[in-house]
Amino acid sequence: MKTKQTAKAKAAAPDRAHALHLLRAMTRIRRLEEKCAELYSAMKIRGFLHLYDGEEAVAVGVLQALEPEDAVVATYREHAHALVRGVPPGSILAEMYGKQEGCSRGRGGSMHLFDAKTRFYGGNAIVGGGLPIAVGLALADKMQGRQRVTCCFFGEGAVAEGEFHESLNLAVLWGVPVLFVCENNLYAMGTAIQFEHAVTDIARKAACYNLPSAPVDGMDVLAVEAAAREAAAAIRAGGGPRFLECRTYRFRAHSMYDAELYRSKDEVRQWKKRCPIATFTQRMKRRGVLADADVKAIEADAAREIEEAVAFAEACTWEPPEDATRFVYSEGRMP
Amino acid sequence: MTGTEIGLRTLTYRDAVREAIREALQKDERDFLMGEDVGHYGGCFAVSKGLLEEFGPERIRDTPLSESGFVGAGIGAALGGMRPIVEVMTVNFSMLAADQIINNASVYLYMSGGQFNVPLVIRMATGGGRQLAAQHSRCLEGWYAHIPGIKILSPATIEDARGMLWTALEDPDPVLIFENSGLYNMEGTLAADAGPVDIHRARVRRAGRDVSIITYSAGLFKSLEAAQILAAEGIEAEVIDLRTLRPLDEGTFLDSVARTHRALIVDEGWRSGGISAEIASRIMEGAFYELDAPVARLCSLEAPMPYAKHMETAVMPQADRIVDLARRMVGAHG
Repeated sequence: MKTKQTAKAKAAAPDRAHALHLLRAMTRIRRLEEKCAELYSAMKIRGFLHLYDGEEAVAVGVLQALEPEDAVVATYREHAHALVRGVPPGSILAEMYGKQEGCSRGRGGSMHLFDAKTRFYGGNAIVGGGLPIAVGLALADKMQGRQRVTCCFFGEGAVAEGEFHESLNLAVLWGVPVLFVCENNLYAMGTAIQFEHAVTDIARKAACYNLPSAPVDGMDVLAVEAAAREAAAAIRAGGGPRFLECRTYRFRAHSMYDAELYRSKDEVRQWKKRCPIATFTQRMKRRGVLADADVKAIEADAAREIEEAVAFAEACTWEPPEDATRFVYSEGRMP
Repeated sequence: MTGTEIGLRTLTYRDAVREAIREALQKDERDFLMGEDVGHYGGCFAVSKGLLEEFGPERIRDTPLSESGFVGAGIGAALGGMRPIVEVMTVNFSMLAADQIINNASVYLYMSGGQFNVPLVIRMATGGGRQLAAQHSRCLEGWYAHIPGIKILSPATIEDARGMLWTALEDPDPVLIFENSGLYNMEGTLAADAGPVDIHRARVRRAGRDVSIITYSAGLFKSLEAAQILAAEGIEAEVIDLRTLRPLDEGTFLDSVARTHRALIVDEGWRSGGISAEIASRIMEGAFYELDAPVARLCSLEAPMPYAKHMETAVMPQADRIVDLARRMVGAHG
């Protein structure tokens, strides 16, 4: 209970430095995603591209609770998570350009960002496929006596997959340190939640596995952060896995191929009024924590950073085609 | 047959696999076994019998019937620095874990640009011949061999059952080991100091000059039986045990075909699109001008496995049919 109160107190009043940090993190994501859309239209980025606009509070809020040695398993809509974990935006964009200086050498693209330095395990584009891997990473930590957390992101679409249920069951049976984060944006591609789930209360499903779970307003970065910190603290204290359902919304289409026939423009408009960046900014300004100048400075910094990242990606090089079968298997012996 | 028998001991294929697992867990703290019924039950085929008592439930880890979940957890544990041995009870159930094996294990290293290798070993029983009908008799290792990024081992002998696991655990990448369930009771001898074995080379199990019989797994013993019958008729068959289906050691069978000029492939898998088709193609590409007869194949009939014994026997390759085929091939130009 004490943890909960602390978390709530934190949620109520971030200090100026922390408010700046959160706003900067969300703004960087928005600018990166906007740039990706632009570069896609310019045909610099190809393949599938899934953008995170509207969901920034989830990645930013949750990842505040992680330490550098923790691990992240994410989905194909994972630019934000990689960026917040510290993968440089230049390396992310170079990956989407398909260049060998990209964080996955241009082998993965937008859907498969990987980064060993930050223990970022992808970038998994099979819905639900990352959950068992997160359980295994956490099992390895538990068996080796390490106090680390593995944070696993997935959408509510994954909740219909068998792997979701298998993984939650395994995680609780084995008491492994996983933080499951459902990014419930109400649509599995174009299928609305009421057409995919007999029971639409996702947190309740997790609770069926005796997994402590809670729904949280995924448009409120402070609420997400508080919930994630509380969950991560419980995991680190040896309490086994935790589950967060972050109720959010994606502002853009599912991917660049999506004509959005399944939802109304009005619905999108209504959700945009709850934009996590705009609402947080207003709140902080109203409370006198942040000023207009702060917002402008953050915007300018983010714009500059993304422009530099584009310049970096442009200057990167192509992997020689002769290397196409490199890394099918490991080179040399295992360490 | 005198001095060589010193230091030899008799054991079953099952014992050999169990010894290999025990030794792995003794040698390396990071090794553990997980799968359905590996612990309290002692293993569906009694392979892991007694290991729970010896190593405890953390390292002989029973799993629920969640093939995708625990195979994926094996991938994660491997990424997290462990050296898991995941037992999928039989290849038939591995269909439920195909997503993790094919979409994750086989691509993680490549997709991450060389950053994340997956040192995972997956063992499973395979094969028919035990009247278990269509859902428990599949022979799909050749099908898995289609996938780059994984290695496919098919131990037929006691020595390989004992030694391949060791080598597989030292491999930085995912290795699938297919143990033919019909072989678990087979007895054989093994050197007391038997250790790891090479997993990149096929072996000539019987030398011969007239026809090369190329096979693997339980097919090896049917082929050796056939070779013995053929020998009585003056036909000397060379029998090659592929041992590893990916990467395929074509050098060994191409050399053999260059000596015998005839190739007969014996495969318990199906003919269409199977590993036998791959081997035949490699022979066409690499030894076409050596051939005195068209490449022949004896595979399982293209039907799901029937239950009735006589029907099952009819569906699978058998020694008498290997003899017939080899005789005709040699006779044609003999």
